Amino acid sequence: MTHDKELDARGLSCPLPILKTKKALGDLASGQVLRVVSTDPGSIKDMQAFASQTGNSLLSQSNEGKDYVFFLKKK
Amino acid sequence: MEARQKKMAIIASKGTLDMGYPPLILATTAAALGYEVQVFFTFYGLQLLRKSLKHVQISPLANPAMPMPVPMPVLVSAIPGMQKMATTMMKQKIKKHGVASLEDLRTLAIEADVKLIACQMTIDLFEFKKSEFIDGIDYGGAATFLEFASEADITLFV
Repeated sequence: MTHDKELDARGLSCPLPILKTKKALGDLASGQVLRVVSTDPGSIKDMQAFASQTGNSLLSQSNEGKDYVFFLKKK
Repeated sequence: MEARQKKMAIIASKGTLDMGYPPLILATTAAALGYEVQVFFTFYGLQLLRKSLKHVQISPLANPAMPMPVPMPVLVSAIPGMQKMATTMMKQKIKKHGVASLEDLRTLAIEADVKLIACQMTIDLFEFKKSEFIDGIDYGGAATFLEFASEADITLFV
């Protein structure tokens, strides 16, 4: 999947991956895609909750080794 | 038409290293989710607004749930230096696990326009000076908090 910006949130714990995701989305235009990489297992649920509450779409989430990879489309 | 902005009101009444986290984590996260957030700092919670957070520590004393590397009798926890040691250990753990420091969370809260309100009565009670507190905070009392809390979707006492 193509993306317009990447956020490396590896090694960070709750709530930093969400706070940094919010910040990174602020630099994007509507419809652009952010790729987030995290190692926090809690971020799986939290990213879903973030997307559903903010209206940004969680296009996909997957595991790549120890990393959790999310693609978010800005509202 | 966009839905009304949600609001969250928090009272932060504790000034220990562990109990400083919940209000700041929830405030920053709620702000990231689009909430308007106010945190009212009263009694020991006021320590979280001081320029220096060196008074914000953790003690193993009367804190039986705190994981310790070795089992520690209560009387050992009471000896001088134990609180400082526990605080240092906790801060190392926080850093190792990528958890934000209280200073960082506080900065993030201010950047996210979370309104931080210091309890004026507590400041007078403990004879603090306003110069001891960080810039950009508000000062108020119970009625100030309740005005916002009465319209809040979530209200928490920590």
